[in-house]
Amino acid sequence: MANATTTLEAIDLNSPAARPPRASVIYEWLTTVDHKKIGLMYIVYALLFLVVAGAQALVMRIQLAVPNNHFVSPQVFNRLFTMHGTTMIFFVAVPVLFGFGNYLIPLMIGARDMAFPRLNAFSFWLSAFGGFLLYLSYIAGNGLYGAGSAPDVGWFAYAPLTAKVFSPGHSTDYWTLSVLLSGIGTTGTAINIVATAFCMRCKGMTLTRMPLFVWLYLVASCMVFVVVSPLSAAQIMLCLDRYLGSHFFDTQAGGSAVLWMHFFWIFGHPEVYILILPTFAFMNEIIPVFSRKAIFGYPAMVAASVGIGFVSLSVWAHHMFTVGMGPAGNTFFVFATMVVSVPTGIKMFNWLATIWGGKVIYQVPMMFAVGFLFQFLMAGLTGIMLSAAPFDWQLSASYFVVAHFHYVIVGGILFSLFAAFYYWYPKMTGRMMSERLGKWHFWLFIIGFHITFDFMHIPGLLGMPRRVYTYEAGRGWEVWNLIVGIGAIIQTIATLIFVYNLIYSYFRGKIAGPDPWDAWTLEWATASPPQPYNFAVEPTITSRRPLWDLKHPEDPDSSYE
Amino acid sequence: MNYFQLKTRLTVQIPANLLTAALKGFLVLSAQALLAGSPTNIFDPAATPARSIFGLSMLVLSVTLAIFLIVGGLLLYALIRFRHRSSDSGHEPAQIYGSNQIELSWTVIPILIVVMLFLSTTRVIWQTEAAPKPASAVDVTVIGHQFWWEYRYPKLGVVTANELHIPISNPQKPSPAFLEMSSADVAHSFWIPRLAGKTDLIPNRVNTMWIDPPVAGLYLGQCAQYCGTQHAKMLLRVYAESPENFTAWVKQQQQPANSDLSGNPLAEEGRAIFLRNACTSCHTVSGTSATGRFGPDLTHLASRDTIASGPIENTPQNLRKWIDDPNIMKPGSLMPSMHLNDHDLDAITAYLAMLH
Repeated sequence: MANATTTLEAIDLNSPAARPPRASVIYEWLTTVDHKKIGLMYIVYALLFLVVAGAQALVMRIQLAVPNNHFVSPQVFNRLFTMHGTTMIFFVAVPVLFGFGNYLIPLMIGARDMAFPRLNAFSFWLSAFGGFLLYLSYIAGNGLYGAGSAPDVGWFAYAPLTAKVFSPGHSTDYWTLSVLLSGIGTTGTAINIVATAFCMRCKGMTLTRMPLFVWLYLVASCMVFVVVSPLSAAQIMLCLDRYLGSHFFDTQAGGSAVLWMHFFWIFGHPEVYILILPTFAFMNEIIPVFSRKAIFGYPAMVAASVGIGFVSLSVWAHHMFTVGMGPAGNTFFVFATMVVSVPTGIKMFNWLATIWGGKVIYQVPMMFAVGFLFQFLMAGLTGIMLSAAPFDWQLSASYFVVAHFHYVIVGGILFSLFAAFYYWYPKMTGRMMSERLGKWHFWLFIIGFHITFDFMHIPGLLGMPRRVYTYEAGRGWEVWNLIVGIGAIIQTIATLIFVYNLIYSYFRGKIAGPDPWDAWTLEWATASPPQPYNFAVEPTITSRRPLWDLKHPEDPDSSYE
Repeated sequence: MNYFQLKTRLTVQIPANLLTAALKGFLVLSAQALLAGSPTNIFDPAATPARSIFGLSMLVLSVTLAIFLIVGGLLLYALIRFRHRSSDSGHEPAQIYGSNQIELSWTVIPILIVVMLFLSTTRVIWQTEAAPKPASAVDVTVIGHQFWWEYRYPKLGVVTANELHIPISNPQKPSPAFLEMSSADVAHSFWIPRLAGKTDLIPNRVNTMWIDPPVAGLYLGQCAQYCGTQHAKMLLRVYAESPENFTAWVKQQQQPANSDLSGNPLAEEGRAIFLRNACTSCHTVSGTSATGRFGPDLTHLASRDTIASGPIENTPQNLRKWIDDPNIMKPGSLMPSMHLNDHDLDAITAYLAMLH
């Protein structure tokens, strides 16, 4: 305890990092190796792409609002959904989550930076260049000879549609190379997070005292090692097929289309968990703080996270129930997929138990967290429906699946991210986000979300396949697609309010102070925003909630753990 | 039937399932009310595979709905009951760090539910995928193309496109259609929601599925695996016919193309233009020198209700427009415009309209 009291003295809470003079800003940000600056660059970069890919979604919903619409041509529509999916997964979700991880992990474990600051910058710029390359396809996709075009093979780019004969020009190459580059960047950052979590923790922070936030990033990063490599391998094989005459996926020369599917989905499904685990990380910080209680069942939460990490590596072929794996193969993947719901359920119940008996404060971060809990529950349950292979024979590749994974990604991941933005923005900028605009954002977004994605399940049940640029009248799909389109417009307005709030609060927000939420982890024991060195003196901790111990010296956590 | 026996057994084993049995009735009714009026509704099954999926889906839906109500209800209760009140003392609530008993219980109960769902699912998988093929089955080879369907009946010597004809299957004396599926180019997926789940058509690979609608009628669907520009207009039509009608259809399709064009000089001229142009390198008209295999077989084109794989009604006007430039009606179609003049277009249309 003696150590804990000295740290409070040592931390220079009252000297926030100054905003730099304008002239040196660009040079400083381009050359920085500071984990906080790199984290912010990841986040801003992801937000830019979020707006772009969101606009693509809006155009698609306008096209589908009425049957046999001619708002965009089939070629343009096919490029839109390919770019929307690729951008949202590789250039929005991954960078924004790594951005938060980069910013917060060293702060939470009492470190002054990531383990490998230069690797960190290298990984960011690789990913950033990947995104640039993807969008360069719009002007360069057909090479120097014709008008350009973006890739139109879908975000999972099934072979042999990607073969040279079915996809001439360079658009598919832009897709391949941009995903390959961002994959290398992702792996670099994952290495960095694992090394940081293992080697950079402050005195007293054993693995069993490490914040759950860091545990979840650790598990997600270990998964990156295992699953990004097959994707990169497949991308290289595809390049070889297209340019050096190999035949891995070239079915006309005896290659295998199913091989690509396995390669892609052994990346693609764990990828969903790589994205959802960091959002669990946000929930593990936000729900306890706004319920004013310690997280319920810390060891079970760690075990469940590691369990999800392992089991989710053996579920990929549930994306392939319709490719004719045969009854034995299908049965195995049904089982593996259903089993993954058990550790996920444990997390849900532990959050419920954390809220139980607490004093829940409904500020904007917690409002988004509550939205997350209900929507993630619903998304998990539609996931169970899809895991029952025969039911999946009907639902797969239909709009039901589209609704399901948007429930996971928007209803789960994005809601959790919004919560994280409102929660950590004060730490990152020194100012609070506007609570009033935040509430507008929350209510409009949740209404728009439910109008869009609740009703999107229905055309799937009525036989509407995904990735169609238009559809026949008289199938009972018209009204649902129109409703879905209206919800998309409401979500767009809400997102614009959010972006406005980010900018407005940077200049006009209330000064936050070091610890605006009365929270318990170490990042709140630094100034807002923290100095480049984070902590003037390395902190020493004795429990999972060092700031609780400081605030409640009469009843510290360390006496219970 | 087996499914209900299994379900009864499980209901005894797991009392929680009683609730789901009640929910199931509610679900069936509401699902059917909400989704009525669509010809492609998965909850309106018309053949055995779709029906056994429907049974399983109602079980899964009721279990998941029950979980949603229980967990969602508890969550809602906790969020309201344990909210911060302004009259509050300002003390932090009691800090509780966990409970092994409670955590064990909410690990074990989900495992039991998973086992129950897994067993029910496994039964339907094997019933559908490992079903033996009766001797009376009708064999059809389905080949997916960008962006149309080729159907070959190897035992009957019939080749057609886009409109699949099968006999209805009497449950007492079943004659299901067994489909062997592959692709000539990229991956496609065959999905008639009222008859069965989807099965992918993948080049270099043969998949099988079967359908056995007992009631005659037209069943609709469309390609469910993104296959390129016109994936959206690769529609499916399955005509289930009485045995007599099916036999008559087969007889008619086995004939070579109508060559008796006497009394229609325009059609005769159209045939000459058709055979002289590049049409023959992609299309077959049996009994003529046109033997192309890249596009649909046109031997009995006029007997079909639609052209262009479903989206366009087969009328002489539409046919003429289609031949003039397929990319206007279906941009991205692989059939090129032959740049024919008006007279040649009229003639070819007149000829094709005679191919009953």
